[in-house]
Amino acid sequence: MAHVDRQQWDVVVVGAGGAGLRAAIEARERGARTAVICKSLFGKAHTVMAEGGIAASMANVNENDNWQVHFRDTMRGGKFLNQWRMAELHAREAPDRVWELETWGALFDRTADGRISQRNFGGHEYPRLAHVGDRTGLELIRTLQQKIVALQQEDFERTGDYESRLKVFQECTVTQVLKAHDRVAGAFCYARESGRFFVLEAPAVVLATGGIGKSFKVTSNSWEYTGDGHALALLVGASLVNMEFVQFHPTGMVWPPSVKGILVTESVRGDGGVLRNSEGKRFMFDYIPEVFKEKYAQTEEEGDRWYDDPDNNRRPPELLPRDEVARAINAEVKAGRGSPHGGVFLDVSTRMPAETIRRRLPSMYHQFKELADVDITAEAMEVGPTCHYVMGGVAVESETAAAVGVPGLFAAGEVAGGMHGSNRLGGNSLSDLLVFGRRAGAHAAEHAAVMDRRDEVPAEVIDAAAAEALAPFRAEDGAENPYALHQELQQTMNDLVGIIRREAEMAKALKRLAELRVRARRAGVEGHRQFNPGWHLALDLRNMLLVSECIALSALERTESRGGHTREDYPSMDRAWRPVNLVCRPVEPAPADPAAARIALVRQRTEPIRPDLLALFAKEELVKYLAEEELYE
Amino acid sequence: MSTYEARFKVWRGDGDGGGLKDFAVEVHDGEVVLDIIHRLQATQAPDLAVRWNCKAGKCGSCSAEINGRPRLLCMTRMSVFSREETVTVTPLRAFPVVRDLVTDVSFNYAKAREVPSFVPPKDLAAGEYRMQQIDVERSQEFRKCIECFLCQDTCHVVRDHEENKAAFAGPRFLMRVAELDMHPLDAAGEAGLDRKRAAQEEHGLGYCNITKCCTEVCPEGIRITDNALIPLKERAVDRKYDPLVWLGSKIRRRSEG
Amino acid sequence: MATGTDPADLATGRGGGVHEASRAAIAARHLRTDRWWLAPALTAAGLLAFVVYSTWRAFSNSDYYAAPYVSPFYSPCLAENCVPMKAGPNWEIFGSWWGLSPALLILIFPLGFRLTCYYYRKAYYRGFWASPPACAVAEPHRKYTGETRFPLVLQNIHRYFFYAALPVAGILTYDTVLAFRDASYAWGHAGLGTVVFLVNIVLIWAYTFSCHSCRHIVGGRLRHFSRHPVRYRLWGLVGRLNDHHMLLAWTSLFSVAFADFYVYLLATGTFDDPRIF
Repeated sequence: MAHVDRQQWDVVVVGAGGAGLRAAIEARERGARTAVICKSLFGKAHTVMAEGGIAASMANVNENDNWQVHFRDTMRGGKFLNQWRMAELHAREAPDRVWELETWGALFDRTADGRISQRNFGGHEYPRLAHVGDRTGLELIRTLQQKIVALQQEDFERTGDYESRLKVFQECTVTQVLKAHDRVAGAFCYARESGRFFVLEAPAVVLATGGIGKSFKVTSNSWEYTGDGHALALLVGASLVNMEFVQFHPTGMVWPPSVKGILVTESVRGDGGVLRNSEGKRFMFDYIPEVFKEKYAQTEEEGDRWYDDPDNNRRPPELLPRDEVARAINAEVKAGRGSPHGGVFLDVSTRMPAETIRRRLPSMYHQFKELADVDITAEAMEVGPTCHYVMGGVAVESETAAAVGVPGLFAAGEVAGGMHGSNRLGGNSLSDLLVFGRRAGAHAAEHAAVMDRRDEVPAEVIDAAAAEALAPFRAEDGAENPYALHQELQQTMNDLVGIIRREAEMAKALKRLAELRVRARRAGVEGHRQFNPGWHLALDLRNMLLVSECIALSALERTESRGGHTREDYPSMDRAWRPVNLVCRPVEPAPADPAAARIALVRQRTEPIRPDLLALFAKEELVKYLAEEELYE
Repeated sequence: MSTYEARFKVWRGDGDGGGLKDFAVEVHDGEVVLDIIHRLQATQAPDLAVRWNCKAGKCGSCSAEINGRPRLLCMTRMSVFSREETVTVTPLRAFPVVRDLVTDVSFNYAKAREVPSFVPPKDLAAGEYRMQQIDVERSQEFRKCIECFLCQDTCHVVRDHEENKAAFAGPRFLMRVAELDMHPLDAAGEAGLDRKRAAQEEHGLGYCNITKCCTEVCPEGIRITDNALIPLKERAVDRKYDPLVWLGSKIRRRSEG
Repeated sequence: MATGTDPADLATGRGGGVHEASRAAIAARHLRTDRWWLAPALTAAGLLAFVVYSTWRAFSNSDYYAAPYVSPFYSPCLAENCVPMKAGPNWEIFGSWWGLSPALLILIFPLGFRLTCYYYRKAYYRGFWASPPACAVAEPHRKYTGETRFPLVLQNIHRYFFYAALPVAGILTYDTVLAFRDASYAWGHAGLGTVVFLVNIVLIWAYTFSCHSCRHIVGGRLRHFSRHPVRYRLWGLVGRLNDHHMLLAWTSLFSVAFADFYVYLLATGTFDDPRIF
């Protein structure tokens, strides 16, 4: 086997989105030599797509807000399945994480008294989202990117080398997390530009790779979202929780076909946009679920009053949590009351003056103008659900973000599971990235610091990783086209494990996934290793297939509907499932037959919610969520 | 829904050479150039290298040149071309080519490092920052930048003169200097850093001859020339070429001191 | 600007700029398929026409006064050899030794203002110097130093020409007021020429206030608009004018030439000023 370059670092962060960069900043500030590795160019990560804002209870707009209210909203949004300690830490620490961004140069929109302005969002009781127009994610990523550059400038002053203590390996991909002596020892990577392999040896690896949306056909996610971190974790012995919970954002573009799935920000509704069906009816009033009946307006008049007088009115049901809205849209379309291109109408044009729309929703205005020839100041948008976010992810310790069962492995951001329970509230992802990115960075640095003896990765481990990565070039006759395989996978997941799920379909999905696994073994590519997208996709297929298997398996197992998991055959929430997590673990040893299942599913009881946190809720509310036996405790 | 076959010329090659290759490819309603490039990958040229990411004009990855004009592949609709027209797609021509449509944009990352970062005010802790909306709006416009580097690509100062790359930061990073100089709380001055002077002396502001190509290509519609570069030039004049302002500030400093 | 004008080595396809060895090997200097040459060609033609016309008129030293109108090219008239204009802008600062056309004394200021104007710079760099001819079209110069050294570094004194343009515009306003007389200097009258002068002076002021230096001076240089509400509003107003700087540059250029031409027509007796009241 050819010689493979090795470099030694203290912490390796996989992914350069919000969580990865925040982790890297923290690790470097705590003295760890830190490498960040990302598939795209530095500053292009999927975080830039986040539009609405960062949820943090700074109480700048409504002084009644505090971390307890935020915690409550988060738990309700997640239908109480959240890893409660994570939700607590998140709600407590989010304001500090936002304020700290300002000291790094971020410029949020302001209130009249000069503080950070906060906007309304689905599921949040008070205006809570710090934002910059509708490009908050861009502001976040740019601020973190510029903070990294600032740290590199410091290092340059001190050492004469910008990259001596913090380096970004852009356009590089990790194909395996490497272990030695049963703990993390590094990562096996290739550079996309040259196709060359290299190994970053480090005692701590932080996974911050984001989500899995590219396994679905209609998605708001970018090509990077192939579930890399989920798969890397599984392959190194970690487990995934709650993988059945996939959030379908209610409002994605539905036309033209080439942009189907691209996100229409929730701020459209937060700022006054309403949903109507083809009969012109504001149908969301028909879809307020029992648990939320007291919290939402029952009439259009009350809902409209709320925008100006939120203290004396209840919010309109367009601002229900995302899972509810997505299901409602799905049902309207199914009932034949959809828009011409199979969505429903989202209208701001009749609700706000054109000038206000252009100022508050500039990128939405341009997105529709340029991609669909629709002027949102004059006509309604057509929208429908799009795969947006995975609540499930690597099982982690709440405090440290350490992956359960693999010393030296950490996970933060979308790749980590637990925080959002069965459904994430809008705005909670950016704050999640910052809160747990920082925690992961801090604990990875600490872990690296106490590991005085560094493990060298054995040569045969590296050779095996290289051989796996090169397999697509050795495909014989009858090689499969990776693009075709990918499309089939997306179609399978979309049709059979999509927004509304049925037992028979999911069983069929598992069978198809097994077939695809067999065929993916034969995925072949043309050309050479230098910037070859066919090869990159062939390698990503392994990850998408693994993750898809976890989703289908868990979704089949959970016989209830909750948050981002809706079963047609079990349409209501079942309190008995509340304290149950479904955990995916790799079958060990990995079966030689590619058709055999790679994932074993385990039911795990969740840790009881701390009494003082339970006390934040009214008894009547808890009765709706908690399982019988939990109520007695 | 209508479909037709379009003729494309796509540059294929690497640093050692290459050329425009002809393709005939199906086009559907509402598609953008990036969709066509993806169709080429999936059906005719699986190893065709292209950089892309969000496909919604938000990340600035898929920069290339279409019919000779720097553009985002994902924001260029096929409907802007006639059906008879041959669409030519090449990589950015101001940067070294890596392969096919992918170029080496490291120039931009090197320039980003040369701009001193935001300097937080010493007397304010996190959470104590107070800024008025009208004071942050100018810098906010520049922070809309998605770093697609189309402005860097089209700017003739470096596009047509490789040797100027060392001295010239390019529109994107001069705009970054302007952004920081207009930031209401940037404490660079207190730290002994003169961003206005540095723009002229270290980042090559004088090379800009305000021909506005950067503004023309900006997919975010940022008015780079009018709102960043010219104001920055005027600020540099304050520091370097305007004796009245210079005298005024001297007198004021003395009376304050 | 460019110090050499040799085209890069186009024959080999590997020269400077876009033909640099590291860049994608494309022989063409550009691949634009639109009529990119149209805008610089029109710009060059328009500017050239004005230069030819104004040079002729500035050196002609005649036919610049037809009571009550004075050509804006000759106002204020600063030498003794000026035509006496009743209550008009005769200030004989330069005395009798000046023998050339008095227009040359004053035109330096508006000329300098426009020559260093950010819009005109773009226009003539593109139109006359092909630097660049159009966006993403390779320029034919081997070297380029922009406005970093003499003489182009002098473009930085634009704001002084702006200051100078203010009194000049003031005097032209005065001339416009004087145009509310008839040929025998009786007040309260107006002719077509008065309208021409009015339109011209409005455009001149609009162009002058839409200047980028003006925008900087009234408010652009501030760090905190919120502490200077009046200047912030002024900055906003100037900004709105500044959005149309190019349009104002052309229309005011045309109107000033037309005002002069109108006076020329009257002075030579080619045309009689139609009286309105």
